[in-house]
Amino acid sequence: MNSSVITAAPKPELSWSERLARWHFDLWLGLLLLAVSGLGLFVLYSASGQSLPTVISQAQRLAIGVAVMVVLAQAPPEFYRAAAPWFYGFALLLLLAVAALGQHAKGAQRWLDLGVMRFQPSELMKLATPIAVAAYLQSRHLPPSAGTLLVSLGLTLLPTALIAIQPDLGTALLVLTAGVLALFFGGLRWRWILLAAAGVAGAAPLLWMKLHDYQRNRLLTFLDPERDPLGAGYHITQSKIAIGSGGLFGKGWLMGTQAKLDFLPEAHTDFIFAVYGEELGLIGVVLLLALYTAIVGRCLLIALRGQDTFQRLLAGSLGLTFFIYVFINCGMVIGLVPVVGVPLPLVSYGGTSMVSLLAGFGMLMSIQTHRKLLAS
Amino acid sequence: MESYQGIKDLWEEKRAFTARAYVAGGICLLLLVLLAARMADLQLLQHGYYSGRADDNRMRLIPVPPVRGLIYDRNGALLAQNMPSFELQIVPEQVDRLDDTLARLGQLVRLDPEDLTRFRERLHKTPRYRPVTLRSNLSADEVARFELNRYDFAGQGVEVNAGLVRAYPLGKQAAHLIGYVSGITDADYATLNESDYQGINQIGKVGIEKSHEDQLRGLPGTKVVEANAAGRPLRELDYKAGQPGRNLYLSIDARLQAVAEQALGPLDGAAVAIDPRNGEVLALVSKPGFDPGLFVEGIDSAGYHALLEDPDRPLYNRALLGTYPPGSTIKPFMALAGLIAGTLTPATRVFDPGYFQLPGNDRKYRCWRRQGHGWVDLDTAIAKSCDVYFYQAALNMGLERIDAVLGQFGYGRISGLDIPSERSGLLPTREWKRRIYRQAWFPGETINIGIGQGYLTVTPLQLAQAAARMAMRGAGFKPHLVHAVEDPATHRLVPVAPEPLPPVEARDPAVFEQVISAMQLVTMTQGGTAYSVFKSAPYSSAGKTGTAQVTGLRQDETYAPKLDTVQYQFRDHALFIAFAPVDQPQIAVAVVAEHAGHGGTSAAPVARALMDQYLLGKVLYNAPAVAPAAPPVEPEAPDTAPQAAPPDAADGAAAVPGAPPPADAGGNVPPQ
Repeated sequence: MNSSVITAAPKPELSWSERLARWHFDLWLGLLLLAVSGLGLFVLYSASGQSLPTVISQAQRLAIGVAVMVVLAQAPPEFYRAAAPWFYGFALLLLLAVAALGQHAKGAQRWLDLGVMRFQPSELMKLATPIAVAAYLQSRHLPPSAGTLLVSLGLTLLPTALIAIQPDLGTALLVLTAGVLALFFGGLRWRWILLAAAGVAGAAPLLWMKLHDYQRNRLLTFLDPERDPLGAGYHITQSKIAIGSGGLFGKGWLMGTQAKLDFLPEAHTDFIFAVYGEELGLIGVVLLLALYTAIVGRCLLIALRGQDTFQRLLAGSLGLTFFIYVFINCGMVIGLVPVVGVPLPLVSYGGTSMVSLLAGFGMLMSIQTHRKLLAS
Repeated sequence: MESYQGIKDLWEEKRAFTARAYVAGGICLLLLVLLAARMADLQLLQHGYYSGRADDNRMRLIPVPPVRGLIYDRNGALLAQNMPSFELQIVPEQVDRLDDTLARLGQLVRLDPEDLTRFRERLHKTPRYRPVTLRSNLSADEVARFELNRYDFAGQGVEVNAGLVRAYPLGKQAAHLIGYVSGITDADYATLNESDYQGINQIGKVGIEKSHEDQLRGLPGTKVVEANAAGRPLRELDYKAGQPGRNLYLSIDARLQAVAEQALGPLDGAAVAIDPRNGEVLALVSKPGFDPGLFVEGIDSAGYHALLEDPDRPLYNRALLGTYPPGSTIKPFMALAGLIAGTLTPATRVFDPGYFQLPGNDRKYRCWRRQGHGWVDLDTAIAKSCDVYFYQAALNMGLERIDAVLGQFGYGRISGLDIPSERSGLLPTREWKRRIYRQAWFPGETINIGIGQGYLTVTPLQLAQAAARMAMRGAGFKPHLVHAVEDPATHRLVPVAPEPLPPVEARDPAVFEQVISAMQLVTMTQGGTAYSVFKSAPYSSAGKTGTAQVTGLRQDETYAPKLDTVQYQFRDHALFIAFAPVDQPQIAVAVVAEHAGHGGTSAAPVARALMDQYLLGKVLYNAPAVAPAAPPVEPEAPDTAPQAAPPDAADGAAAVPGAPPPADAGGNVPPQ
C-alpha cells in the first residue's frame, strides 16, 4: 500500500446536533422544550396580570429544570436502571413522610417543607414509578406473565394510592398512567387490557364512594357545567368563554379580557391554556399543540431507538405521560375532561412540576445520547 | 428484579415495543385530532356565542339617572328643587348577613331606630337588586368615616352615593299642589316602564310631581363600563347621555299661596284663585298642610298612619277633593239660569214672608231671616241672600234648566286641571236619583238646590272656576297649573296655551251684567254680606257669601244656633266666591273655611287678602286670625237686624239634614 495514496481521511464535519450529543444534549428535544417554555413565559406574563416577578420566578425554575435535565442526561441509562429500586424506595419513604407530617395546602396534604423550598414528593414518583416498572420488566420475560403483571401493578398502585389519599387526584392519575404505560409498552396482553377496562368500569361506583365531595362535584360539573354555573361549573364555563371568544386569531397578547378582569380562575396555573387560547386564537393553539406533538414524537423516536427494553419502556412511558399531561389539561380547560389538577406542562406556573418534567427529559436525553454501537 | 428466569427474546421484545409504540402514537394522534376539533368548534363555530358571553362578562351597563326638572312659580321662585346629599345605600341581594352589616354601619354613621324601621319597610317594597337607602343627608364626617372603613364592607353591596334629594321650599304651603316624590314601590313598578327608571329611586306620588312625572323625570342615560369579576368598573367604554327632566313654570304665585295659607290661619279649608282671562290657577291651598319632605326622606309607617288618622286629614287635598254644598254661593248662578231661561227678570219681585210653601203643601221652606225680607227683587235677593226668592226661582225653572246652566259653569264635572285626582262634585239629575235611590225626583229637592243645599255638592276648584266664568261673562278657560315647560339644555320655554271652553249660552249678554251688578252689592254696598271685608278696597269687586250646612237642625230647633254653642264638627262651612276688578277681571277666588260659620266673616277675608296681594302687590287688609262670631255687617246697617247670628248663617237652615237625605224629607221642616 502506497502510503502516499493513503490520504488522511477528512475529519468528518460534525453537525450541531452531533456536537451537542457529545455533551449528552438532544438538540431537537432541547429546542422544542425551549420553544414551548419560552411561549409559556410570554403567556404567563399576560395570565399573571403582567406580573414580572411571577415570570422571573418561573424562569428561575425553568433554569433549575434545564440544569437538572442536563445533569441527569450525563448519567447513562444503566445507572437509572441500577438505581431504580433505591430511587423508588426513597420516593416512597418521602410519600409516607408527607402522609405523616406534610403541610396542608388547599385542604390537601402534598407538601414537604425542606426549609429551602417546599417540595412535593409526588413529583418524584412521576419519575420513580416508570423507572421502577421499566427496570422490573426489563428483568422479566415479556410479554408479562400474570405474576409480573401483579408486581408491576403493585409498584404502580402503591404510590398512586398514597398520592390519591393526599388527595391529589391529578398527580395520582399521572403516576398511574406512567406505570401502566410502561406495562403497555412491555407488551401487556390486549385481553388483560380489556379485562382491566371492564374492571375499572365495574369499580367506578366504588371509586365514586371514595371520592371527596369536591372531587365528586368536579365530575358532576364536568358532565353538566351549567349545573352550578357560579360554583363548581364556573371554571369550565369561564374557560370555555375565554377560548371561544378568542376565535381564529385571538384577541392579541395581553388583550384577553377573561383573565385580565379575573373572570377566569387560576388563570396562570391550571387554566393558563384558556388565556393562551383567548389571546392567540386557534392559530396559536394549533402551533402549541404542534410543538407538543413534536416533543411526544421525538420521545417516541428516542424510545424506538432505545437499546434495551428498559430504555424503550422508560422513554415510551415518559413521552406518553407527557402527552397525557397535555391532553388532560387542554381537555379539562375546554370541557372534554373533568377538572383535575393537572398543569399544562412547561407553561403553567408552578415549581416542582416544571423540574420533574425536565428531569424526565434529561433521562430521555441520556437514553438518546448514550447509544453504543451494537451489532445489528 | 436483579435477574430473570428463562430466556428473553430481545428481538421479539423490540418488535412488540415497536408495535405498541405505533399504537400509542396512533392513539395520541386521535386524541390530538379530538382536541383540535373541539378547539375549532369553540373558536370558529361557537366564536360568536362565546364572544357575546365574554362581553356580557366584562361590560356593565350603568344607568345614569337624569336630574329631575325644577318647579318654579310664575315669577321664577323655586317650588321644588334638588339639593345635593350623600346617601348610604344597600343592595339587599348582595348582603349576606344584614343585621351584622347594619350593626357595623351603625358604628360609623348615626342610625336612628326610625332609620332602621324605614329601611326595613323599604326593603320589602323594593326589588332585591335595587339599592335601598338606609340614611340620607350623611354629614361630611360620616362619609369620611365610612370611606375609611369601606374595606370592611367590600362586596356587601354597601355604597355611599352622592345624590340629589328633592326639596320643597314652600313646605306645607303648597304640599298638596306640588306633591312630593318618594321611593318607587313594587306597585309603582307594576305600572311603569322600568327602562325609564334605570338608576332612579323616586317617583312623583302626588300633585304636580305625579301628574307631570314624565316631563320632570327626564330619561336616564347609560354608561358602558368594563368591570372585573368583582364588579368594579375599571374604564368607561361608552357613554350615552340621558335627558334631564324638564323644568316647569307654574301659574301659581308663591306669594299668593303664602297669603292664602296665612289668611286661613288655624282654619281647615281651601282657597283657590284663578286668573279668569286664561284659566291659570294662581293659588291652590288646602289646609291643614303637611311636610312633603317627610315623604321624600321616606316616612315610616307610624308617621304615615299618624298623618292618615289625623282628624283634620292633612293629606287630603280639599281644594280638589273636598265636596261641599255650595250654599248661597250658588245664588248668582241660579239667578243667571233664571234670566237665561226667561223665568226671571231683574224686575221680578217675590214676597218673602220668612218662608216658602209649595202650592198644595203645607210644609214651610224657611228663609234664614225669621221675619222675611218682604218684597224682594233680584238685586236685593242676591245682596241680602234671600232664600225665598231663590226657592221660587228654582221652582219656576225646574231641575233641567238649572242643571243646564250650572253644568256649563263646570259644576258636577271634572274641571280637567292638570293634576290628578279631582272630584266632580254632584249636579243631581232625575236620572241620577232614579239610579242611586230608585226614587222619583221631588219638587222639594229642586227648591233646596235653589239655595245650594240638598244633593248639590261642589269642590273649591269648581267654585273658583265658576266665579272666573261669571267674571268673564260666560267665557272661560280650562283651569291649569303649568304655565310653561322649559328644556333645561336649551332654556327654550314652551308656553302652555290657555284652552278656551265653550261660553255659557245666553241669548242676551246683558244677563251677566244684571247678575254681576247684584254681586257687586255684596262686596261694595253697605248691607252687602261681605261689605265690611271689602269696604276699603281700591278696586271694584263682585262676590257672594255662602254657608253650607253640615248637619240638619233638630226638629225642635227653629234657627241655626249661635256658632260657639255648637260642637265644632257640626258647625257650618263658610264659603265665599268673588272676582275683581269687575270690569276687567284679573282674579277670581273661592274660599271654603270648614266649620267656620259664616262666609262673610271667615272666608271673605281670605279672598280679600289674595286680591290685595295680587292686584296691589301687598296685603292691605289684615285678616283676623280666627273668624269672630260677631256679625260682619255694619252695626248701622238699617235693614239688617243686629242679631247674634250672621245674616247668612242660617240660609241653609231649611236644607235637608246630612247627606244623603231621605227623599221625602226634602225641606220637610215643621212650621214655626
